[in-house]
Amino acid sequence: MVTRRAALSVVGVEPVGPYTLLRVRRGGLEPGRPGQFFMLEAPGRLLPRPMSLCLAPPGELAFLVDPIGPGTRALCALGPGDHLRVLGPLGNGFDLDVERPLLVGGGIGIAPLPYLSQALGGPPAILGFRSPRHAEAAALLPRAEVVVEPTYVTEAMPLDRDVLACGPEPMLEAVRRLVPDAQLAWEAPMACGYGACYGCAVEIDGELRRLCVEGPVLAAARS
Amino acid sequence: MLLNASGCLDALAAPDVARSLDAFVTKTVTPLPRGGNSPVRIAETDVGMLNSIGLANPGRDRFLAETLPRLRELGVPLWVSVGGFAAAEYAETCALLEDVTIELNLSCPNVDEAPESAAEIVAACRAATELPLYAKLSPATRDVAETARAVEDAGADGLSLVNTIRGLTLDEHTLRPRLGTAVGGLSGPALRPVALAAVWACYRAVSLPIVGMGGVATGRDALELIAAGATHVALGTVLFADPDAPARVRRELAAEAVARGFAEPSHARGVAHAEARSLDARSRVEVEKALEFGPNLPLDPQDSGASIPRRGDEDPGAGAGSIARPAHGRP
Ligand SMILES: Cc1cc2nc3c(=O)[nH]c(=O)nc-3n(C[C@H](O)[C@H](O)[C@H](O)COP(=O)(O)OP(=O)(O)OC[C@H]3O[C@@H](n4cnc5c(N)ncnc54)[C@H](O)[C@@H]3O)c2cc1C
Ligand SMILES: Cc1cc2nc3c(=O)[nH]c(=O)nc-3n(C[C@H](O)[C@H](O)[C@H](O)COP(=O)(O)O)c2cc1C
Ligand code: FES
Repeated sequence: MVTRRAALSVVGVEPVGPYTLLRVRRGGLEPGRPGQFFMLEAPGRLLPRPMSLCLAPPGELAFLVDPIGPGTRALCALGPGDHLRVLGPLGNGFDLDVERPLLVGGGIGIAPLPYLSQALGGPPAILGFRSPRHAEAAALLPRAEVVVEPTYVTEAMPLDRDVLACGPEPMLEAVRRLVPDAQLAWEAPMACGYGACYGCAVEIDGELRRLCVEGPVLAAARS
Repeated sequence: MLLNASGCLDALAAPDVARSLDAFVTKTVTPLPRGGNSPVRIAETDVGMLNSIGLANPGRDRFLAETLPRLRELGVPLWVSVGGFAAAEYAETCALLEDVTIELNLSCPNVDEAPESAAEIVAACRAATELPLYAKLSPATRDVAETARAVEDAGADGLSLVNTIRGLTLDEHTLRPRLGTAVGGLSGPALRPVALAAVWACYRAVSLPIVGMGGVATGRDALELIAAGATHVALGTVLFADPDAPARVRRELAAEAVARGFAEPSHARGVAHAEARSLDARSRVEVEKALEFGPNLPLDPQDSGASIPRRGDEDPGAGAGSIARPAHGRP
């Protein structure tokens, strides 16, 4: 897998509930494996922002962005024809060699699941959201069962499946307790995404290690 | 010479980036392994970033046994950043190194950066090794030039300027610190004027080669550090956003230098001081001529009262002798 950095042009910026689907031309970049991520230049900001690949339409890369702060808001404010520098694909994605996959996602954590779903041939998914408006994002993947708070995904989840999950930390921890061999995609603040800054360290195998190098997808037992 | 700033690149994770530099500087190595501080360890601020990595590193033994041999395979000249909590610890690590340049990170936690203690560490390391020793200083001291003089006297071969300064950032909603350690080291564009001032002051105080760093993002930024007195430039925070920065900065630096009449960037070393020192009209005219026509029109140092810099070093600033220099060396 070749990691490259290129200036890519924006082809589309579409609202998906409260989120924004940012579609850019693929340029020379490869889409990588589901669960891998890219560092996106956030206009006007010093540091790029990590984003999972959400979809890989022909010739494009698409990211689902939750505008929660200055960087993500700047990304959502881009328009068609704008350019941004993108580095990737980075990190380790999901292991696709699973027999009975079940995708589990929470909130913006569903971002990598549409691409993952395609790679696995559309397995069932359980997605949890804060509100019906957030739940509109479930339309990005097939066979999604949606739960809205106060119901949590862990209450609706069958336990005899190969779980591949991404979502907020408390959700991942709850999933890990129920399914000890789940694959979990974690988040940490990242300055570089390619192992340079040691900013993304989290406890892995009982030691502080770089999530961008060892993850972001980790077997539950390691995290 | 273009380097990375210590702690801002892992050559093993990004060998191509390391190979685009003239030398690779390791993250600071301490005697014992350190996991570093608890997350969150980085936060962007308005014109910079804060970090509280906490010198995460595998420790001296594993570094020597595992990391260093793999770094050597890259074929890039190596600088090893050495840290510790006491002079003896620094010196022990220095004694174990071969065939590298050593950068002493004198801004380690618990290390007092007063001129005497900095000099004590440098002297201990000087006694332990003949390898080139660069002392990396924080700009957050009362008088960085005084520390520079002290470490020069103690046997340092060069200076690295600057390390980060302390900063704090608060979450906009909760008004709580965003970093796990609350306070962290400020780097990036916000640090650039601070770095320029430190390089400026040290250039006037000592005749050592200087690695300038702090917020360099473009060739112009690099040229300004050279003009203030740097012989080498290191890239830190910019690498996080742009792993291609070394090639770009190198290209831009060459163009920016030529645009100002310097055949080589190194010829611009110290020109920022030319104006400040020219006491009489005659030398001012000569400096202007030099700036106009570039360094091929050497000033006569006798004539203009400038002293010729002591340069015994391999550094690219060797050509700088043709540029008028401020009254140089100790007062
Ligand atoms: C591997 C990876 C993949 C990601 N994929 C996506 C994605 O597909 N879509 C998406 O919208 N976001 C994704 N994120 C999260 C996204 O990168 C952050 O939300 C973004 O960097 C925040 O930047 P900002 O400037 O908008 O907000 P900031 O000002 O940086 O942050 C706003 C608030 O969110 C908190 N915060 C910031 N970053 C994180 C984080 N990583 N985890 C938890 N809290 C955080 C801050 O503490 C602050 O309170 C991903 C993160 C990682 C590490
Ligand atoms: C994430 C991070 C880690 C750093 N780690 C070290 C370190 O281990 N040793 C050291 O001497 N300096 C360290 N520094 C300081 C840099 O080497 C450099 O002095 C400083 O960042 C200023 O340069 P910049 O503005 O270009 O980043 C670190 C800086 C950052 C941002
Ligand atoms: S984000 Fe920089 S090391 Fe992981």
